[in-house]
Amino acid sequence: MTASIGSEPLVSSARSQFWRDFQRSPAAVAGLVLTIVLGLTAFLAPLIAPQNPYDLTAIDFMDGELPPGATGGLGQVFWLGTDAQGRDLVSALLYGLRASFMVALSAGTLALVVGTALGLFAAYARGIVETLVMRLVEIQLSFPAILIALMLLAVFGRGIDKTIIALMLVQWAFYARTVRGAAIAERSREYVQAARLLGLPTRRILFQHLLPNVMPPILVVASVQLASAVTLEATLSFLGLGLPLTEPSLGLLIANGFDYLLSGQYWISLFPGLLLLVTVFSINLVADRLREMVNPRLRR
Amino acid sequence: MLEVIFRRSLQAIGVVLALSFVSFVGVYKIGDPVQLLAHEAASETEIEAAAARLGLDRPFHEQYLTYIARLASADFGTSFVSSRPVIDVIMERLPATIELTLVAFLLSVALGIPLGILAGLYPERFLGRSIMSVSILGFSLPNFWFGMMLILVLSVELGVLPSIGRGETDQLGSVSSALFTRDGWAHLIMPGLMLSLASISLIIRLVSAGMREVLLLDYIKFARLKGLHEGRVVLLHALKNVMIPVVTVLGLELGSLLAGSIVTETVFAYPGIGKLLIDSINNLDRPVIVAYLTLIVVFFVIINLVVDLLYTLLDPRARRTID
Repeated sequence: MTASIGSEPLVSSARSQFWRDFQRSPAAVAGLVLTIVLGLTAFLAPLIAPQNPYDLTAIDFMDGELPPGATGGLGQVFWLGTDAQGRDLVSALLYGLRASFMVALSAGTLALVVGTALGLFAAYARGIVETLVMRLVEIQLSFPAILIALMLLAVFGRGIDKTIIALMLVQWAFYARTVRGAAIAERSREYVQAARLLGLPTRRILFQHLLPNVMPPILVVASVQLASAVTLEATLSFLGLGLPLTEPSLGLLIANGFDYLLSGQYWISLFPGLLLLVTVFSINLVADRLREMVNPRLRR
Repeated sequence: MLEVIFRRSLQAIGVVLALSFVSFVGVYKIGDPVQLLAHEAASETEIEAAAARLGLDRPFHEQYLTYIARLASADFGTSFVSSRPVIDVIMERLPATIELTLVAFLLSVALGIPLGILAGLYPERFLGRSIMSVSILGFSLPNFWFGMMLILVLSVELGVLPSIGRGETDQLGSVSSALFTRDGWAHLIMPGLMLSLASISLIIRLVSAGMREVLLLDYIKFARLKGLHEGRVVLLHALKNVMIPVVTVLGLELGSLLAGSIVTETVFAYPGIGKLLIDSINNLDRPVIVAYLTLIVVFFVIINLVVDLLYTLLDPRARRTID
């Protein structure tokens, strides 16, 4: 599971080389652009959304279950229809996407920091620390993420903070495994030996010398895990174990629409699902390209 | 080899014990089931009596030791909700889940491997690119939503397949299964497809990536130079090497499918153990949750053990590195 790219640290020329390489796949560039656009849209949801779907004074119960394109009591057009409470689905989607992104990004960032630190440390410190960390990683990774997250949330209970923690606890292991593998491959290189011989402090060797060189595989894991976090959170919320009803993510919107699906009100769960699909798909396109670039065996 | 098996088995038992402790502690902390089970007008004494009956009034370590002692004789206790032995409740639901997992597993193999070979052979052609796009899509499709859309199209709009539940069962010898009836299969197609989608995508990617790597190797070039038939080169020489990691992953996928069945069964209101778990979590039915966890941990540890050993058998290189 080790992948090492060039022996020099990533300097700016290497970075632009990386970018040029990335651009060779138009699908990946499209995925990246879409991811950024979706991220911005989610971030700016309160400014863009036609209404605040969770402000009870802004929604009218009489507008409930309107099909896409229908006109509400105040003459406003609901382009994607409304849900049972009369919420504009466009607004609900924007806020839902925001919740999904927020949870996935927070959990992903925490997992990245914790996992990378532990992985680097395990590779460098070796001995008992490495054995302990890696055994834990091994056991954890032998179970599917959904199962671990589900059990954690069954114990923690619902909530944004709890969902973030559960996802973080699920994902750190992926970073730790990858980082340790890459760091071990790097550790025997001359520049690390030289830094050691110079008597540089461990922390400096770890974070200034090793870390930049294990960045490419970390980037791959991060992109894959971001997509996976969005899906996981949606699934958990769908099962009723993730986010609370007051802060619905896309998964919860889909779950809410499930009851209406069988009676033909397809739009309440169709559109959140499509948005979720497009989001995860875009991130996966990027992840796919990154993986291809970092895998040296596919280079000819 | 024997020593390896022995050591791995010991490790496996250690993992099971550790995780059973963790799950017991976790579930112990979930909440007080007595509050949930007792009816609203229950008096203090009634609640205390109920707690005593369920053994919930005793200290934590005592509860744990009782649990372990019972576990040794495959006694998982009694469900708080249905007041029946947990093992009966689980066994009654297990066949449905096994059927679903089996169907999904077969779909993953039957679709994943051939499509993966094609995508690996022609990575630059339209066919290969399409298969790979579909596989990325399969990865990205939120599983539960895919199931709902299947219901929307095939049940609600077209009305060709039943949307919920398990079909009729039939007896064949001493085995009773929904796999023996038309109705049973009708109920399994959509859940099976939903459950296997991610797995199919994964196998496609794995086989195709393996093919692309292996086809560049010298022994394949040599086989081609020898004038061997292309079909033989691909299906025999290349595939043999590609399959080593695939077999490993297929084994592990069996576990993922079992875990995925929790979501699938919830979408299709399918009466298996996954749905049972979600219901039990909502009802704080501790003995059932703990039993489910213990069983699934044992199952996973066994799968990992078998896959590990299988890998050593299949790949001579791994045999040497094992110590």
